[in-house]
Amino acid sequence: MAERTFKIWRGNNDGGEFVEYKIDVGPGWVVLDCVHRIQQQHATDLACRWNCKAGKCGSCSMEINGKPRLGCMTRMNSFGPEEVITIQPLKAFPVIKDLVTDVKWNYEQNKRIPPLKPKARGADGHHRMMQEDVDRVQEFRKCIECFLCQDTCHVLRDHEKHDKFVGPRFMVRLASLEMHPLDTEDRVDKMRKEFGSGWCNITRCCTEVCPEHIGITDNAIIPMKERVVDRTYDPIAWFFRKVFGKK
Amino acid sequence: MSNGPSVSELQTIEHDVLVIGAGGAGLRAAIECSRQGLNTGLVCKSLLGKAHTVMAEGGMAAAMGNVDARDSWKVHFRDTMRGGKFLNNWRMAELHAKEAPDRVRELEEWGAVFDRTKEGLISQRNFGGHRYPRLAHVGDRTGLELIRSLQDYGVHQGIHVHMECTALDLMKDGDRVCGVLAYWRDTGRFVLMKAKAVILCTGGVGKAWRITSNSWEYTADGLAMAYLAGAELLDLEFTQFHPTGMVWPPSVRGTLVTEGVRGDGGILLNKEGKRFMFNYISPRFAPETADTEAEANRWLQGDKAARRPPELLTRDEVARAINAEVKAGRGSEHGGVYLDIASRLPAETIKKKLPSMYHQFKELAEVDITKQPMEVGPTLHYHMGGILVDAETQMTTVPGLFAAGECAAGLHGANRLGGNSLSDLLVFGRRAGLGAKEFAASAPAPKIDDAQVLASMRRATDILNRDTGTNPFVLQEQMQDMMGKNVGIIRTKSELETAVSEIDKLRSEADKVKAHSTSQYNAGWHTALDLRNLLVAAEGVTRAALTREESRGAHTREDFPGEREEWLKYNVIVKRGAGGEMVVEKRERKPGPGPLVAIAQSKIEDLEAGKVEPDYK
Repeated sequence: MAERTFKIWRGNNDGGEFVEYKIDVGPGWVVLDCVHRIQQQHATDLACRWNCKAGKCGSCSMEINGKPRLGCMTRMNSFGPEEVITIQPLKAFPVIKDLVTDVKWNYEQNKRIPPLKPKARGADGHHRMMQEDVDRVQEFRKCIECFLCQDTCHVLRDHEKHDKFVGPRFMVRLASLEMHPLDTEDRVDKMRKEFGSGWCNITRCCTEVCPEHIGITDNAIIPMKERVVDRTYDPIAWFFRKVFGKK
Repeated sequence: MSNGPSVSELQTIEHDVLVIGAGGAGLRAAIECSRQGLNTGLVCKSLLGKAHTVMAEGGMAAAMGNVDARDSWKVHFRDTMRGGKFLNNWRMAELHAKEAPDRVRELEEWGAVFDRTKEGLISQRNFGGHRYPRLAHVGDRTGLELIRSLQDYGVHQGIHVHMECTALDLMKDGDRVCGVLAYWRDTGRFVLMKAKAVILCTGGVGKAWRITSNSWEYTADGLAMAYLAGAELLDLEFTQFHPTGMVWPPSVRGTLVTEGVRGDGGILLNKEGKRFMFNYISPRFAPETADTEAEANRWLQGDKAARRPPELLTRDEVARAINAEVKAGRGSEHGGVYLDIASRLPAETIKKKLPSMYHQFKELAEVDITKQPMEVGPTLHYHMGGILVDAETQMTTVPGLFAAGECAAGLHGANRLGGNSLSDLLVFGRRAGLGAKEFAASAPAPKIDDAQVLASMRRATDILNRDTGTNPFVLQEQMQDMMGKNVGIIRTKSELETAVSEIDKLRSEADKVKAHSTSQYNAGWHTALDLRNLLVAAEGVTRAALTREESRGAHTREDFPGEREEWLKYNVIVKRGAGGEMVVEKRERKPGPGPLVAIAQSKIEDLEAGKVEPDYK
């Protein structure tokens, strides 16, 4: 056990401030353990989301020493022994209280995306898909909806274009549908016109913060942007699509 | 809110059916209600998609026969009954085995992307207690795939989703349920939700113990609300300790390590490096379990003549074996045993098949599972017991109140097989939706009794309004430690009696608990409110455990070793007595239907040869 110092943002949408706490930290602790200890010993009304405590649910997103992180996957021994740990809520979303932000906007974006429209099953009642063909979709489906990518995306974080761009999370969702071997829906036009794929200028910040190590920019956003470009500006591709169908 | 609650100013929402809990069962139930044309509300204690279903790792059991064509619903049914030590509800086990494959295919239709076989079909993996590779899976994150597929499909079905909303009490109109009082976490304000039928899908009771794989949400809310509303609870003594939870570092003690590690060839070793599971094969499973390492390895290579490794015995057996090794002084450094996959598979295969285990150990324990063994030990994982329901409709003994998923009981008997939970959620979530639809069709409009609403609000606001009182976090920990000490894997009369009297003391302490500050997103207040429910569960489990004087499945009595034929005839029922006291009743079970009994007790060779009940489809 060693004493460590924390500065945690306390407040609500009327404003707030950093409050300092000192607690004894045990072996193997992560930042979320420390928040819980502070709750128990110093601030029982401290608001913080969490669930699985194993990096699988994406609830405990927060900004730790300025970086969007999961509290449950940030080990205390990743900091210097004297380093003060500063914790604040996600900046890209309105604060509810303390470390909890209002992330409902994300759920609204998901609802706007046309869902999977699967093709018919084979005569034997099975869908057939090869593992090689689902690998790339499975990468996207690892997403735990922690919204750290949304938080770090400068289109949302700094420019607040929530009404223009669905953000990296939902570009990943769109890619997972567009590359789904069973899907027959077409979302490419909407991607440009409604979901704002053009707003992303590929700074790769989202990829860097993804706790699931999804290749958000290279594997999801860029291929989707390419589809938009092909559709919008390539007349030959347009012609082939008309004749032979989508994929 | 400090001025005292009033019903007239209360926000009121009305639905035909209200589903409480948004894990796999709740989402599936809500989807079914919505498809049936009902106005459906879905209450989530957390954000949508965060429920504990995301933690399910290994897979979803369904006899599709994609990997081994010998599989059939009858073998799945037989495995489930044997795993549950024949205490399962016969009809539920039958329905589950028959309907699970359709539920998996339906999920694929809704977007789930399962791992594939070489032929491009849904792949299926081996798991403890399942005779054939049966678990449809996505690496070791099947639960996430399930909940996300239901969520992404569900949001387009017109369901009204109420996120970060906690149910406090069921409201009743005479005998039947007519709604629930809840509060919003973000504001701390109350909301009254009226409905013709309510479906509880609130999950388990894990937070009554310290070492658990469950998150903060699993505080027995549905179980306790149903009990307080007059519903009967079934076989609460059966609490599953998953054999492999993490044991080090202390902050992650209890976090789940998937059974998939053993399904993919992982072995359990004691500190002497000995593969000890061969010493713990019970007579029931001996004919179907390998007795040498050579045979176990052949099975893993796909030799259909070889028998299964003993690491894949049912969870109750493996948990007891680990417990015994540690007690005998052969445990690992931090009081567990070793689970080794590093020496069994190439590093790349481990990373491919068990990616989240690889990350979990690397990032939380600084252990590279492709090079080092994991340290594991039992962790409270699942509640087989729960709310008594009708097998077909999932209605409880209270009209208008339904339950599905972990908070309901019957399917798993005395012990659940891994992989049978995810399929349970889908099969009975759907059935609960259909059951609620049928009930709601003829139910009158809900009528709310203000006195009940006021009493519920007052209980909640008293916690904030009293001047001083106990710290709710401290009290919760006291209860967890007490349960771990007295109501663990191995139980005795004296410890269980100690627990009963300790629970009494904790309850009077809980009545004096104090939360500071306002009701807005107040963790202390939430913890204080959950205490009542946890204590109902703790008392129910303890009293049921005292009543069942035998050892069966997950319930082991040191003073009553072994299964007693006599006890197979009984369920243990817990309900609320007229004076508010907890009543425990030993209730005789109906004998199983002839064909099902014949299938469950058949020799596997006869069943595979089609000789057992061939006309029973």
